[in-house]
Amino acid sequence: MGEMEQMKKEAEALKTQIEAARKAVHDTDMASAAAGVAPAPQVQLKTRKTLKGHLAKIYAMHWSTDNRLMVSASQDGKLLIWDSHSGNKVNAVPLKSSWVMTCAYAPSGNLVASGGLDNMCTVYNLKTPVIKTVKELDAHTGYLSCARFLSDTEILTSSGDTTCALWDLETGKQKTVFLNHVGDCMCLSLSPDMNSFVSGACDSLAKLWDVRDGQCKQTFQGHTSDINAISFIPSGNAIITGSDDCTCKMYDIRADQEVICYQDAALNSGVTSLALSTSGRLIFAGYDDFNCNIWDSLKGEKVGVLSGHDNRVSCTGVPEDGMCVCTGSWDSFLKIWN
Amino acid sequence: MSSKMQSSNNIAQARRTVQQLRIEANIERIKVSKASADLMNYCSEHAKYDPLLMGIPASENPFKDKKPCTIL
Repeated sequence: MGEMEQMKKEAEALKTQIEAARKAVHDTDMASAAAGVAPAPQVQLKTRKTLKGHLAKIYAMHWSTDNRLMVSASQDGKLLIWDSHSGNKVNAVPLKSSWVMTCAYAPSGNLVASGGLDNMCTVYNLKTPVIKTVKELDAHTGYLSCARFLSDTEILTSSGDTTCALWDLETGKQKTVFLNHVGDCMCLSLSPDMNSFVSGACDSLAKLWDVRDGQCKQTFQGHTSDINAISFIPSGNAIITGSDDCTCKMYDIRADQEVICYQDAALNSGVTSLALSTSGRLIFAGYDDFNCNIWDSLKGEKVGVLSGHDNRVSCTGVPEDGMCVCTGSWDSFLKIWN
Repeated sequence: MSSKMQSSNNIAQARRTVQQLRIEANIERIKVSKASADLMNYCSEHAKYDPLLMGIPASENPFKDKKPCTIL
């Protein structure tokens, strides 16, 4: 038998082995296990602020760790830094390329980053007298879909070139490249302990990676279309994904499988974004149908909806203190709800 | 690309796929019942500190517009 044939056979055998191992631990699913849990209260949140200022579709937003400032990115070619308590704009950062797809706030509050169809991740210092570009991270051969700072010296990116990368912000070079997806990487989420991260891609797979050694540890399947949004739950033991297949799913890391699917026959729009409340009980998922649906993460039931945008909800975010949820939309507005 | 180069690329790709599958096959898995129980415990322990779940009194809500005072 040629080596190619042997490899194919071994690959098939390993896939069968993985499926059998998953089945062997599948003694229940999340919704059944949570049958005895009291339902989450019906959640009725009000719009507390509507942030007006962008002149075109908003593609991304990210909270600062101070729970007050946030950054948003729009294809009007600007990053805006907002004081969410007053609704005022604190800073505007003009972008070299207006085709922005992502933005991020560093945990220190000193830096923000943006990137998009320019294939680059640009990092800006907010604390210099005039906002300065400190680095242009240029090595991806596809669009930048997501960026997240680990610190003022390291940032993770995901790209349409199917890779993710960890960059050293002092040298501007890639330290580690994460190779395994076969479709555009659309989103990433860092684990609470920052030792690993998960990525979602157009190959409909989510993958768990070790930040330091670059190794893909686990692959989660089940979605039937692009995964656009991904987030660790606060305990770090599970992840939530949102997809163009109109569903969200929870995958448990230690059980290595899907444990619940959040879907509704009446929902036939793709999921664009998602964020979790601090206990992990509530999932806020933004959809193409202009709404943000609220799901009970344990029971799989819809418990509320945030309606108010006049176009697709493209981004959602809950600050660390969990005091509100922010939605950003192609209608050019951001709304703060609680 | 010569067909020889192409087939050696394919073999290299196949080797990487098998290598990756070996890593993924060898992990320890816990029962879904245990995973679910841990998730439920985490949610219930943290529920009382979750403002979006519990609700926020108006006086403590930094996003709520304060009503203006009228000077009579």
